[in-house]
Amino acid sequence: MSTLISLIVSGCATGAIYALVAIGFTLLWQTSQTINFAQGEFVMLPAFFMLAGMNMGMPFWLAILVGTAISVAILGAAFKRALVDPMLRHGALPLAIATMALSIMMKEGVKEFYGAEAQPFPSLIPAIDLHFLGATISTQSLGLLAVGVAAVLALQYLLNSTSVGRQMQATAQNPNVARILGIPVERMVMYSFIINAILVSVASVLVTPLYLAKFSSGETLGLAAFIAAIVGGFNQVRGAILGGILLGITDNLAATYISTQYRSAVPLALLIAVILFRPQGLLGTAEERTV
Amino acid sequence: MSTQRLLTLLGLTLGVLLLLVAPFWMSKYQLYVVSLWAVMSIAAIGLNLTLGYAGQVSLAQGVFVGVGAYTGAIMTTNGMPMAAALVVAVVLCFAIGWALGYPALRVQHHYLAFVTLAFSTLGYLVFRNEEWLTKGIYGIVDVPRPMLLGVQAESNLRFYFVCILSLAIVSFGVWWLIRSPWGRAFVALRENPIRALSLGVDTRRYTLMAFAIGSCLGGVAGVIYAPLVEFIDPSPFTLDLSLKLLMMVIVGGSGFFAGPYLGAAIAVLLPEVLRFTEGYYLLIYAAFVMILMIISPTGLLGILDRYLTARSTRKASAARAALSASFGDQT
Amino acid sequence: MSITRKVSRLAVLTLAAGFMAAPVLAQPIHLEDVAELSGGGATVGTNFKNGADLAIAEINAKGGILGHKIEITHADSQSNPGVARALVQKALDNNPYVLLGPGYSGSVKVTESLAAKAGIANIMGGEAAELTQTGNEYVFRTSFGQQSTMPKVARYIAEEIKAKTVAVVWVNNDFGKGGRDVINAEFAKRGIKVVADLSTEAGQVDFAADVLKVKNAAPDAVFVYLNEDESARALKELKRQGVTVPLIGETTLTGQKVIDLAGGAAEGALAHVGLTTDAPIPAVQEFRKNFAAKYNYVPDHNGIKGYLAIYVIKAVTEKMGKVDPANFAKTLHGMTIRAKDEPGILMDVTYDEHGDIDRQGFLVEVKDGKQVVKTILPKMVP
Repeated sequence: MSTLISLIVSGCATGAIYALVAIGFTLLWQTSQTINFAQGEFVMLPAFFMLAGMNMGMPFWLAILVGTAISVAILGAAFKRALVDPMLRHGALPLAIATMALSIMMKEGVKEFYGAEAQPFPSLIPAIDLHFLGATISTQSLGLLAVGVAAVLALQYLLNSTSVGRQMQATAQNPNVARILGIPVERMVMYSFIINAILVSVASVLVTPLYLAKFSSGETLGLAAFIAAIVGGFNQVRGAILGGILLGITDNLAATYISTQYRSAVPLALLIAVILFRPQGLLGTAEERTV
Repeated sequence: MSTQRLLTLLGLTLGVLLLLVAPFWMSKYQLYVVSLWAVMSIAAIGLNLTLGYAGQVSLAQGVFVGVGAYTGAIMTTNGMPMAAALVVAVVLCFAIGWALGYPALRVQHHYLAFVTLAFSTLGYLVFRNEEWLTKGIYGIVDVPRPMLLGVQAESNLRFYFVCILSLAIVSFGVWWLIRSPWGRAFVALRENPIRALSLGVDTRRYTLMAFAIGSCLGGVAGVIYAPLVEFIDPSPFTLDLSLKLLMMVIVGGSGFFAGPYLGAAIAVLLPEVLRFTEGYYLLIYAAFVMILMIISPTGLLGILDRYLTARSTRKASAARAALSASFGDQT
Repeated sequence: MSITRKVSRLAVLTLAAGFMAAPVLAQPIHLEDVAELSGGGATVGTNFKNGADLAIAEINAKGGILGHKIEITHADSQSNPGVARALVQKALDNNPYVLLGPGYSGSVKVTESLAAKAGIANIMGGEAAELTQTGNEYVFRTSFGQQSTMPKVARYIAEEIKAKTVAVVWVNNDFGKGGRDVINAEFAKRGIKVVADLSTEAGQVDFAADVLKVKNAAPDAVFVYLNEDESARALKELKRQGVTVPLIGETTLTGQKVIDLAGGAAEGALAHVGLTTDAPIPAVQEFRKNFAAKYNYVPDHNGIKGYLAIYVIKAVTEKMGKVDPANFAKTLHGMTIRAKDEPGILMDVTYDEHGDIDRQGFLVEVKDGKQVVKTILPKMVP
């Protein structure tokens, strides 16, 4: 029993990481039909901005702020203006290809200008192990989980209970109608990109102490977030958190009870099963058929 | 004959001549790289059929290359001829492609992409873990090069011709296919699935067919890839290869017959051209793809196509103007 | 200034220029390196490349080998055997003095026969056991092969720790699977039972499930064979879940980087180490300092491999007394290179007839956040 609890607890912790990355992923899909294949690299990069800041002598907190600001400018605004805007009207595929290229560029760029070695990254939350019900969990994991849930709650509040949020939702559901209703669609889409940039920066701060700052650390993360987003429901922000946690737990249970060699296959099987039986995702709402 | 036809014919003749004559002056390395280009082109042609003609996004073409490569390697190292391996690989890939597409198409369009993405990673795990069959991470060494028509295609030059010949056969087959009623049904499917349905096209069957045939060509590429490298291990057949093939098709111009050849050429030969930039070639390639997508989402051939269309419209309107002017004279 | 003085000065200058030009006129030694500069092995390949470049810069600064400057071309195999094969073919078409790399054993399997066919020596970074056992007369290692390290580890676990049961945690790639297969065979020979045999993924972050399995199997010792980043995570999780039996590894487990990343969790971990920048040898420390000064980071063992490869070339060439690619492999077989004659080789090394090496190794333990040498395992042939 304590084995099972341990597995679930640590699965939740890993899942919270996936969730945090997946939230932004679904947000971009909703507002601009952007499938961001570089989302994992989006989490990898801010840590390097922050490390660069610290190397210039900034204290950690200032480096985080500056790093986040740069991320918002580059991964939020510049990404949207330079890459997404010109391609939006051509459909999802060319944009998806462009984000694949972007992910290569970010990885190679970091490798060329910062080196291929993993760099340690200071942790914001001190790592203390807590024990309960025979399971051990570190405060870092709890912190991640808390931030993940808080991010979703805040987003839910923003989307459902504020005027800007409702305008964003309207934009997501039908940009043309939204435009007719006088909603500044462009600005709403921009907001979602900025929110994504902030989310990946937060994720970067929390995740990098575990994943280390390394050019390739976004690869597994990006794929996991992608799967989490689909499993949870591609068009629902709160689906991402369920998808992420489910993925984390499944991975652990699979490694323990099925096969360590095939551990990464089980989440994929889950993905295929979800698509077969509940294509809109566990918490998603059915999409209208688009022609 | 229109300018476009003439241009195509001229390009084709030149290309074929070059591929037939140049190898006698090429170094072993150059032979190998052009052979690799031919193999990647075959895989990309398959994906172009699925994506460019039938409009289905597949992120699993790399796994089908893997299935073909392993089928070829396992069978030929056990003494069976490459032709038999080819048949098995084609049947296998067709069956897997069909089975994979079937559930995905029950639901929605872009879910096929998600399912194939999952399948890509699953395929890699099978290649790596099923050691009894694939020799796992150790890989299969000394994959023999085939005996064809009584000639041993062992040397790089001879195997080069095997690759080019295969590419020619595949090209001709696909050229025939897209002009057949099937090919027209594929395009109808891409352009407007609902209209196609109302016109009596069994859309699901044709979609699956396009996906399965495209996957087969991935398998064909794999069967040739194995003896080309003479060694197979799981590492080339990750999701990465699928994404690379997708990029080749899009960069070249999906839906254009010549797109995959061009896309594969850029991906395979570009590192060579950009050698002088040292480690930066991937950065440059990535930047190039992004800029290309911004300028022309339909790829390189899309630019050419737009240019030619613009020219012919200009010509046509000039002709119309001249015509109406002459009519004007008469009245 | 008088005319005569001007003239004499000119003469001296011309003369000096002539002397300086003389070594430059000697044909440079051309090397080709095919390394994993992108893709999954980018860390391996980049370290190897940087190590080689550092050695070349040092040697060229001192006038080269027998007056010949060294030039090197690096090519990126993208961690893909198919590409590696193409680039090795290209490298060989350029007629290099010696071929360096690749670092992945899978790629070496494809390329080593090409080098042999061309009759060019191939100094590579792969560690898989079978690479040197195919009768290839042109392939040389830069580090111990797994067939020589794993028996030492197994012996230590059997004789010093006196373990009867053991858990094996390994990374499921080229490097990890090879080591795991060799050591499991060694355990079987010594009657040690493998009670948990756990495959993990490269880049894995969560080791909770794996460590739970280790815990439930209750072994006498745990053999951990992972890359550096994952080693640190596994050590942390092992400590968190209260696994107290001895933890033994090979090279990666006790690196300074792992110790730093794992915090206190690496304390007490043991390992057999062949090449390490933490070795308590002045020459190695000097190398580490120079490397860090040039590239701004501390290299792993792959950095040393690249560095040593170049100094092996220097030693062999100086022994032959001329740049002679045809006799390179023959000369290196059975050759011993001593650090007192060639400081760049860092530690005495002997090559056998297969291209495998004999060099001293270390058994180390992590104490107070530092790697401490417990035993020096001497070279077999002194």
